[in-house]
Amino acid sequence: MEPDIRVEELEKTFRVPEREAGLRASVRSLVRRTTRDVVAVGGISFAVDPGEMVGFLGPNGAGKTTTLKMLSGLLFPSAGTVRVLGHVPSKREKDFLRRITLVMGNRNQLQWDLPALDTYAMNRAIYRIPEPDFRRTRDELIELLEIGDQVRKPVRQLSLGERMKAEVCGALLHSPQVLFLDEPTIGLDVTMQKRIRAFLAEYNARQGATMLLTSHYMADVQALCRRVVVIDHGTILYDGSLRALSTRFAQRQTITATIPDRTGLESLGEVVSVDGDRVTLRVDKDRSAAVAGRLLAEHGVTDLTIEDPPVEDVIEQVFAAGALRP
Amino acid sequence: MGTLNGLPGLYAATAKAAVQTQFQYRTAHYAYILGMVAEPVVYLVVWSAVADTHGGAVGGITAGQFAAYYIVWTLVRQMNIVFTPYGWEERIQKGELSGHLLRPVHPIHYDLAYFAGMKVVTVALWLPIGAVLWVAFRPTFDISPLEVAVFAVAIWGAYLIRSMLLWVLGMITFWTTRVGAIYDVYFTAELLLSGRLVPLALLPAWAGGIADVLPFKYTFGYPIEVLAGSLSTRELLTGLGLQAVWTAVGVVLVAVVWRFGVRRYGAVGS
Repeated sequence: MEPDIRVEELEKTFRVPEREAGLRASVRSLVRRTTRDVVAVGGISFAVDPGEMVGFLGPNGAGKTTTLKMLSGLLFPSAGTVRVLGHVPSKREKDFLRRITLVMGNRNQLQWDLPALDTYAMNRAIYRIPEPDFRRTRDELIELLEIGDQVRKPVRQLSLGERMKAEVCGALLHSPQVLFLDEPTIGLDVTMQKRIRAFLAEYNARQGATMLLTSHYMADVQALCRRVVVIDHGTILYDGSLRALSTRFAQRQTITATIPDRTGLESLGEVVSVDGDRVTLRVDKDRSAAVAGRLLAEHGVTDLTIEDPPVEDVIEQVFAAGALRP
Repeated sequence: MGTLNGLPGLYAATAKAAVQTQFQYRTAHYAYILGMVAEPVVYLVVWSAVADTHGGAVGGITAGQFAAYYIVWTLVRQMNIVFTPYGWEERIQKGELSGHLLRPVHPIHYDLAYFAGMKVVTVALWLPIGAVLWVAFRPTFDISPLEVAVFAVAIWGAYLIRSMLLWVLGMITFWTTRVGAIYDVYFTAELLLSGRLVPLALLPAWAGGIADVLPFKYTFGYPIEVLAGSLSTRELLTGLGLQAVWTAVGVVLVAVVWRFGVRRYGAVGS
């Protein structure tokens, strides 16, 4: 199967002006301008199959948004190759642009003073969507996103969450095959985040669309993506399943148990918290089964759970571990 | 309008959105239009006073003809309001251009359609202002049906030429970030050589010669004189032809600068 997205040795270097602080440096920069090359993306390779939902993770400045912009044709790569749906994105061919979308959580594509429905009508013309298809898709999206009332109000009167849902609706009217989602839930409350997630999962199931998603909310990634690509300083640190990420990088596990007899617990592991009979211990992963066995046998434990650490912590360990591939 | 697709559909939907948006700000628009009218009224009062002290005419133009010139000026000015380089600066700084680049259509179509749609509102709002100016300054008009027909085309020619020129200027933002100073130079040249400040007939011969070979007069002076002047049929039609030439030049310039500018944007980002 030909992947929808294929990236090989992709690089992006920006030349940025640089000067010291202060008036003297400011005057000097008038005569002699110094620049520095900043590598935003340093030779990454990956592929995404049709219908796959992939989480693209990394700290601020890791190169996630730059990569998404190259994949959607907004930025020209400095080196390497990109193919999305068989197209070279930087050529910005119309057939390519009609089949993708880029949703950026902090950008507004809707007409500010008008109801979103009016922007949707413009999108229908721009993307040459036949009227019956447009009406059907629009109504389906409005129903899925539960924004029937909101799309009739001027966009400026919508809350951030309502506006984001209206944005997502507008970005999907042309039924794109590939979705690039850059922080689609940024700034939204938990309920709204859940709705957007549920919607994206539903959209993927219905349309078989390919999605590459960046988010600082791990809940987004956990809910939607089986596979993650972790990037930092422009290079890929990990590309594989989210489950394997925890298995591979989580060095410790958390044991939570109701323990009537708490004597000698310190010798089993780090006691993280005690709340009445409920005790939380952190132990090395290779010892967790043995510790659980001893708790059950020696401490009269009535219930017990063993958990991997939160994915955020695992990701942090990936960054700390440097470039490691599965 | 509901079933149009492609470019006609885009123009119809965008122009409609522009009309709806403008109607939401009608009071602000009136204030804006009144502010714009102040400029030609100042010119008109000055030239009328000069005409009075020179036996009723300056360079053969009477006070009534000055009134006709500057009243038509106010309408032509509404028509050639276009997307400016300041808009370009904001569009690039706020990253709004990215949204336009993601669409499978050249962004200039959006601007042309949007500002064309605005005219429906601004010209409607201008009508009572034009009537007041007419009563106050008693213009002298001698208009033929051909002149009306040519004017109806020429104001759109002016719109297209000015749109293209200011788009090209705006695209300098791809390289310089700030384009305001360059726009000021353009604005000064346009003021002097377009017929905006003074009818071109009153310019010294050498300045008139320069104005003849530049596009500015086809955005102000020519369409105004079609209605307020006394151009021959040949001059009327030649003017339309030259507007077509300058529009074509503008289209080529936009295409070329856009090609390099987008590469630059793609290299530097927003």
